Amino acid sequence: MKPFAYHQPDQIPAAAKLLASIDDSKLVAGGMTLIPTLKQRLASPVALVDLSRLGSLKGITDDGATITIGAMTPHAVVASSKLVQTKIPGLAALASMIGDPAVRSRGTIGGSVANNDPAADYPAGVLGLGATVITSTREIAADKFFLGLFETALQPGEIITAIRFPVPLKAGYAKFKAPASRYALVGVFVAKFADGVRVAVTGAGPGVFRVPPMEAALSGNFDASAIAAIKIDNDGLTSDIHAEADYRAHLVTVMAKRAVDAALS
Amino acid sequence: MQISFTLNGRPTTVDVEPATLVAELLREQLNLTGTHIGCDTSQCGACVVHLNGLPVKSCTLLAPGLDGASLLTIEGLQGAPGSNRMHPMQEAFREHHGLQCGFCTPGMLMTAVALATEKPDLTEADVRHALEGNICRCTGYQNIVVSVMAGAAAMNAAKGE
Repeated sequence: MKPFAYHQPDQIPAAAKLLASIDDSKLVAGGMTLIPTLKQRLASPVALVDLSRLGSLKGITDDGATITIGAMTPHAVVASSKLVQTKIPGLAALASMIGDPAVRSRGTIGGSVANNDPAADYPAGVLGLGATVITSTREIAADKFFLGLFETALQPGEIITAIRFPVPLKAGYAKFKAPASRYALVGVFVAKFADGVRVAVTGAGPGVFRVPPMEAALSGNFDASAIAAIKIDNDGLTSDIHAEADYRAHLVTVMAKRAVDAALS
Repeated sequence: MQISFTLNGRPTTVDVEPATLVAELLREQLNLTGTHIGCDTSQCGACVVHLNGLPVKSCTLLAPGLDGASLLTIEGLQGAPGSNRMHPMQEAFREHHGLQCGFCTPGMLMTAVALATEKPDLTEADVRHALEGNICRCTGYQNIVVSVMAGAAAMNAAKGE
């Protein structure tokens, strides 16, 4: 790692000011992506702004029809939260599948969503549930937040403070993980609401995306059989050392069926 | 910058460069070489320590993050207070041959103790899921899983004493 200055502000405005005033500064949440990136010298910021002392960014609150998870809440806390397990068990299950126990101790929901890794788990949950990303300056609907490969609607100096999830009737997540990294080769999040079903896919392409034909079919009949014959086009999907696009396209249907089964179990 | 934290129960203050990893700090500055650096890419788990009671990979943790925290390393793992006994999990690894070369063992033990503390009634599936981030190239994991199950049972029994 190249040397950098380290700031640990205890107020959101102070953090935003540091981020805006220091050229080439970066936020660090749990550091599970950033620290390996620094070690490989893929990034060499002059300063890090550590969010861990912002107490208002931690914790999970029950708002009735929604639950709000603070950006600095680690995956392990979401996975073991009785509130999340009761209201959105599919989301608790998703958190329990991220990385390994040590990664879940440190990695945060805000960090995962801000990074928008194309194979990360949380973007599928956030888009699949139609959640709202709350930042230091505004609220952004999930459908407008994820813009592509590691790209989001966040502006320079903007900090995610929390994610607000509507409580679905049912929801489930299934992923086929890459065995070494435990990232999603393909992961599918399915959520059923009174007004319809949402299906979000991670890992398959350059960014998380929805599958309208599956959403329509499941809105009519929320059963795995309803989407068994729906194949997605492999055009634009990822081919790499782990899997070809054809295989990923096949896995989308398989994982979507398993996610529906998980939601119904 | 100066950071203060509790290391294996003792108050500790050190000067560090911000770009220092906790694994480096422990091994190079504090001479605690029980924490091993295997892959240095947060995959192998040889460097697992407990930060405020939770297992973390010290090769992927910046030293400034320790300020105000409590850190437990393999050197701080021990049996009942006042005794020279090994921790029940260490005893179980010895008894059940849960290691061969021993390089991964400190991390295995720290992950295992955290798991058994969090979840007293372990199944074999729980153990295998929890060890996903700890790689062993010698044993094939069979004896490690047996050791963790036995160690967890011994920790439960010790709690009841």
